[in-house]
Amino acid sequence: MKAAAFDYAVPKSVAEAAALLGSNGAATAAIAGGQSLLPMLNLRVALPDLVVYLGRLEELKEIAATRTSIRVGALTTHAAIEDGKLPETFGGLMQRVASKISYRAVRNHGTIGGSVALADPAADWPGCLLALGAQVRIAGRKGTRSQPIGEFVLGQYSTSLGADEIITGFDVPRPDATMRWGFSKVVPKSGAFANSIAFAVSHGRGGPAAVVLAAAADRPCLLPAVAKRIEAGEKSEDALRGAIAQDVAKHVAKDDAYLMRLHTSTVLRAVQEVQAK
Amino acid sequence: MKSLTLELNGSKVTREVEPRETLADFLRERCRLTATHLGCEHGACGACTVAVDGQATRSCLRLAIMCDGQSVQTLEGLEDDPTMEVLRRHFHQSHALQCGFCTPGMLMMGRDILLRMTNPNAHTVRDQLSGHICRCTGYSGIVTAIVAAGRELGGPKRPQT
Repeated sequence: MKAAAFDYAVPKSVAEAAALLGSNGAATAAIAGGQSLLPMLNLRVALPDLVVYLGRLEELKEIAATRTSIRVGALTTHAAIEDGKLPETFGGLMQRVASKISYRAVRNHGTIGGSVALADPAADWPGCLLALGAQVRIAGRKGTRSQPIGEFVLGQYSTSLGADEIITGFDVPRPDATMRWGFSKVVPKSGAFANSIAFAVSHGRGGPAAVVLAAAADRPCLLPAVAKRIEAGEKSEDALRGAIAQDVAKHVAKDDAYLMRLHTSTVLRAVQEVQAK
Repeated sequence: MKSLTLELNGSKVTREVEPRETLADFLRERCRLTATHLGCEHGACGACTVAVDGQATRSCLRLAIMCDGQSVQTLEGLEDDPTMEVLRRHFHQSHALQCGFCTPGMLMMGRDILLRMTNPNAHTVRDQLSGHICRCTGYSGIVTAIVAAGRELGGPKRPQT
């Protein structure tokens, strides 16, 4: 046994969870799948007095399709997404991203809500959901709120969640039929934390595009100049590289030649994957 | 201490546990089920893999108390499992273990792979096993054994026991 001693509670409702989490400030930790928190507890990086288990909150398991969006409950596991349990595939993007997270035994328990709440800069979901324009649904003692994921993630392991708040789920806008995507990730070995992740999403030829680079800065960042090139149908690799350099330099030290090359190549691969579809 | 009730290898078990106890510690220390090995204790090595509600799980990355009401299978409970029987024979034939430390995790994951996939090839098996470390570096035999077991089992997905 490696973790320091803590108390443990299993709330039966979101209100009860919020009350428990808000009662003890920073010394309280919410746990869902525990695939990030358990190593942190075992290494004593996290030292909570109270661990609140969210796994019994049925509200957080909801998966539904509305007219405009797909609702993904916070407790949805990476494995469930990998196995195609969402009512919308986003052209297979979310399945592909899920299948490349860590290892199957971890994906069986790790949740999309936990991943976003932790806000590890090298995590996949914050960047993927940013590229898809998702909203984060949040509940706390004062009620519920919803926030675009780009505003929700504030930095490394930092989000707008209050001590009493939990993520209940995500609303991911329904893609139109012509959505194309590209995804590229560089990892030291399969399942390891990423050195660079790029997502590119295009809604129809000439339609709006979004390009996101993750694992580069303290949070996933949008690359607007690259997105504009996709919208304009730019195929020239030189022009794309120019736009990528312009955007990436805002987030990576320009004199780090390796990092510039690394991030340029993941973004370029994601963009070219979109354009090849 | 908290009371924990779960189904362990088919039998209902109730024990008092500390909230901080991992499932791995619970299995080894309280239930004396020592086939589940502990290597890294932070989810990197795969030696402690068990099945929780039929899903491959790192028992070092799950608090025992989180398994309240769930079903847990360890290697000890799979002696008569039809998939494990074939897998075990191929591990023997392909010399898929040397010191044996990683073997329980490799067998648990090998079974999980064969329950999810029909006739996986060596590339798929390597990808699926990438979260499992064999410090004897005996990967070649392990991959050969799982591929051979998959070929022998063939056919559509088999029901889990």
